[in-house]
Formats: sequence, C-alpha cells, structure tokens
Amino acid sequence: MQANSALEPHGGVETFNYRVVRQFSIMTVVWGIVGMLVGVIIAAQMAWPELNFGPYFHFGRLRPLHTNAVIFAFGGCALFATSYYVVQRTCGVRLISDKLAAFTFWGWQLVIVAAAITLPLGYTSGKEYAELEWPIDILITVVWLSYAYVFFGTIARRTQKHIYVANWFYGAFILAVALLHVVNSMAIPAGAWKSYSAYAGAVDAMVQWWYGHNAVGFFLTAAFLGMMYYFVPKQAGRPVYSYRLSVVHFWALVFTYMWAGPHHLHYTALPDWTQSVGMAFSIILLAPSWGGMINGIMTLSGAWHKLRTDPILKFMITALSFYGMSTFEGPMMSIKTVNALSHYTDWTIGHVHSGALGWVAMISIGSIYYLIPRLFGREKMYSTKLIDVHFMMATIGVVLYIAAMWMAGITQGQMWRQTNMDGTLTHAFIDSVKATYPYYYVRVLGGALYLGGMFLMAYNMARTIMQGKAFDAPVPAVSQHAHA
Amino acid sequence: MDINILREILTVAGLTCFVGIALWAYGKPASQRFDEAAMQPINDDDLPHEQAGSKQ
Repeated sequence: MQANSALEPHGGVETFNYRVVRQFSIMTVVWGIVGMLVGVIIAAQMAWPELNFGPYFHFGRLRPLHTNAVIFAFGGCALFATSYYVVQRTCGVRLISDKLAAFTFWGWQLVIVAAAITLPLGYTSGKEYAELEWPIDILITVVWLSYAYVFFGTIARRTQKHIYVANWFYGAFILAVALLHVVNSMAIPAGAWKSYSAYAGAVDAMVQWWYGHNAVGFFLTAAFLGMMYYFVPKQAGRPVYSYRLSVVHFWALVFTYMWAGPHHLHYTALPDWTQSVGMAFSIILLAPSWGGMINGIMTLSGAWHKLRTDPILKFMITALSFYGMSTFEGPMMSIKTVNALSHYTDWTIGHVHSGALGWVAMISIGSIYYLIPRLFGREKMYSTKLIDVHFMMATIGVVLYIAAMWMAGITQGQMWRQTNMDGTLTHAFIDSVKATYPYYYVRVLGGALYLGGMFLMAYNMARTIMQGKAFDAPVPAVSQHAHA
Repeated sequence: MDINILREILTVAGLTCFVGIALWAYGKPASQRFDEAAMQPINDDDLPHEQAGSKQ
C-alpha cells in the first residue's frame, strides 16, 4: 500500500476541498445541539404544559422547528459534509467548483436561519417536514440544484475507474430529494408568506406522504447508508463485507421505497387498494433494509475486537443495530391491524426516534468524529475517553426515550380502543393523557442525556481544532495510475 | 390506450430491470470489478501522518 504523507509540503500540488467539509462538519454539531435542545424543550412542554409561553414559544410552533432543525440542519449538514468528503476521496479529484460548493454552504445556512425565524412566527404551509413557505422552498431548490451539479460534476471528472457504492447512495438521495421537494412544494402563492397547495383533498394527502415517506427513505436512509458504506469500512480498516449485496440492496431500496408512503394514511379517505399497496411494499422493504444492516455489521467480521477499544466504531455499529431494529418495526407498524393500534399514539414517535437518534444521529456522530481530526491535520480526536462517555450517554438516552414511548403508545392505543358492554368508550381521552405523564418525564430525561452528549462532542471538537490547524490534503498522485 | 396498460408495463419493466441487475451482480465478470471498487477507499490513506500544531 502506497502511503502518501499528507503533511508533505505541497506547493502547487492540487489539494482536496476540505474547507467546505470543515464548515459543514462544524455546523453539524452546532445545529445538532440547537435542534436537540428544541426537542428537549418541547418534550418538557409535553410533561409540564405550563412551559408553553405565548404564541412564539408554543409547542405547535416549536415542534416543526425541532423536526426541521434536526433533519435538515443537523442531518443535512452531516450529509453535505460527508458526501463532499467521500466523493472527493473516492473519485480522487477536487470538487468541480469551489464557488458553488461555498454557495451550497451559505445557501443552506440561510435556509436554516429563515426556518428558525419563520416557523416560530407562524408562517407554515402545514405539510409535515415540508412546512417552510414558498420563498424558502425556492431557495432550497436553487441550493439543491447547485449541490447536484457539484456532486455529479465531481463524479464526472473522477480519475478512479469505479464509482464507489457510497456515491450511488448519495446520488440517489440528491436526485430523489430534488424530485420530492419540487413536486410536494407545488403551491399557489397568496402573498409573500402564504400559499395554498396545488393539490386538493386525498390527492394532497397522498402527495404529502409520498414526499414524507420518501424523505425518510432517501434523506434519512439512502443518504446515511452512503455515509455508512464509506465510514464503517474506513474506521474498521476492512473492505465492505459484500460489495455485490450493496449493489443489489441499493437497487431494491430504490425500486420499492417510492411505493410505501400510503402506510401513513391507513383507515383514511385514501382508496383502500392504495393503502394495501403501501402496506405490501412496506413489508417488502424489510429485505433491502436488512441487507444494508447485515452488510454494515458483517464488515466487522474478523475484527470484532476493535469494538472494545474504538468508541467511534461503537457509534457506527450501534447505529446499524438501531437501523435494523427500526426497519423491522416500521414494516410491522405498516400492517393495517398493527397500525390500528399504533397510529396517532406515541409509539410512532418512539419508532421515529429509534431511527433518528439511534440510526441517523449515531452514524453521523461517528462519521464526524472520524472527519474532524483529518480536517485539522490531527491523527485523532482530543479525547477518546470523552467519545466513550458520549457514546454511553447517547445509548442510554435513546433507550430511555424509545422504551418510554413504546409503553406510552401501547397504553394510549389500548385505552382508546377499549369499550364497555354497551359499546361506549371506557376511557375519556384525558384519561389516556394522564396515564402518559410518567413516560413523558422519562422522555425528557432520555432526551436531555442525548443532548448532554452533544455538548461533550462540541467541547471535544473545539479542543481538537485548537490543537490542530485547518488542513487540506493533497490529491494523491497514486490515483492517476488507477485510471487504466 | 388505457393508462392502466402503461402502469402494468412500467411495473413489469421495473421488476425485469431489477432481476437483470441482480443476475449481473451475482455473475462472475462483475465480481472482479466489485473487489477492486471495494478496496479503493481502504487503499486510499487519508490520515495526516505528522500532526499539525504539535512539535515536529
């Protein structure tokens, strides 16, 4: 193996664009803290309703702020950072345009700040995970098309023969999100900060959940699998367990995810056959999802001992375990009879957070811990011990959170469906709310633990940056030979 | 033509396409490409070997 000393003097030698990766990596941690802090606040508002102050600080306005901040600000920045790093390292070239890459960074930050201002003010289109009003939607589209140009343009000028599998996942994510965002955000403006959806009734609902579930499928799954396919093999020091499995499960995911949306609309005005198709495809999805999980975990086979000493690897493998759990739970919950119990209860919130905190956040945290030293000319983070503590806090936090929400959800579902001999409801709705309180306290505790871990990460990152200095690795010459 | 015919064609084409990809991926010629591709990130050393900021 040809080792290229990364810190060799390289006057005139082309380097990778690490600058934009650094910017997005740091903002991942910053927005992670902001988004999760808002999450802990709204969890506390559920446990102690007197914390709902005025119109701007009310649960109804902070909740979309939380979801947008964690998905698009924290998750989005993590994806920009890692995809720009992975596409450069695996293609052996610098990004095609530094200016446009910088534009995606500042444009995306502007979107986030605009969301943080407009959502508490009450400007919303009312579509879950697509609440932002039309002027921001247009800005998102412009930033996203620039992102697509930078990413695919870089792949087009690669010196490597193959397009590594991680790039396929990132590419699918970029294309699908562009399609989903544009179709679902179609609206007729009625003023600067007000619009009406271009669709009506059940069609509007179907378009919304076609968007909503594919946002889960392509933003929160495919893209983070791309991350997994680069950073797990790198951190473990071993190639991916089965490259051909990665190819097959990639296409299986792409072919099936698009159909699963209707399971969000079971027992609604949506045509019954559509609900059944959504359920069938959701169950099929178990196979490609577990393909990815098995492939990631088995990459460690023969190197399991590394899990004992490497907390970054612990983050990644625990993320994959949660991915496996939540992609088993999801198909199960999409079955109509199970959904009749689980829908509209806190079980759904537990399921989402098992995916979001367990899978998405943990794989991102692991990958950012991998990146930070490399972006600042260091071999490792300031403190490995602190990563370990972060890992423990995050894991206990998630487990508390999802266990509490499972119990809360099943309690609610059972209470709502219980009837007396004469057919009347046994419990008033408020009884189920009262029964849920203990679980809401546990949720606040779990969320606070997870948030606390993020503060440790921020401290560890700051110390690592202070030890090192901004560093751009040279493009290795060895990749030129691989061209033949 | 009934739009449902188009939908059926599209569904069958999608399935055929997927089966084709799976057969190709499990075939012999693909496996060598896959081995090469899988090793690329492993062979690419991205670790800074001399620490920035510390005494050299």
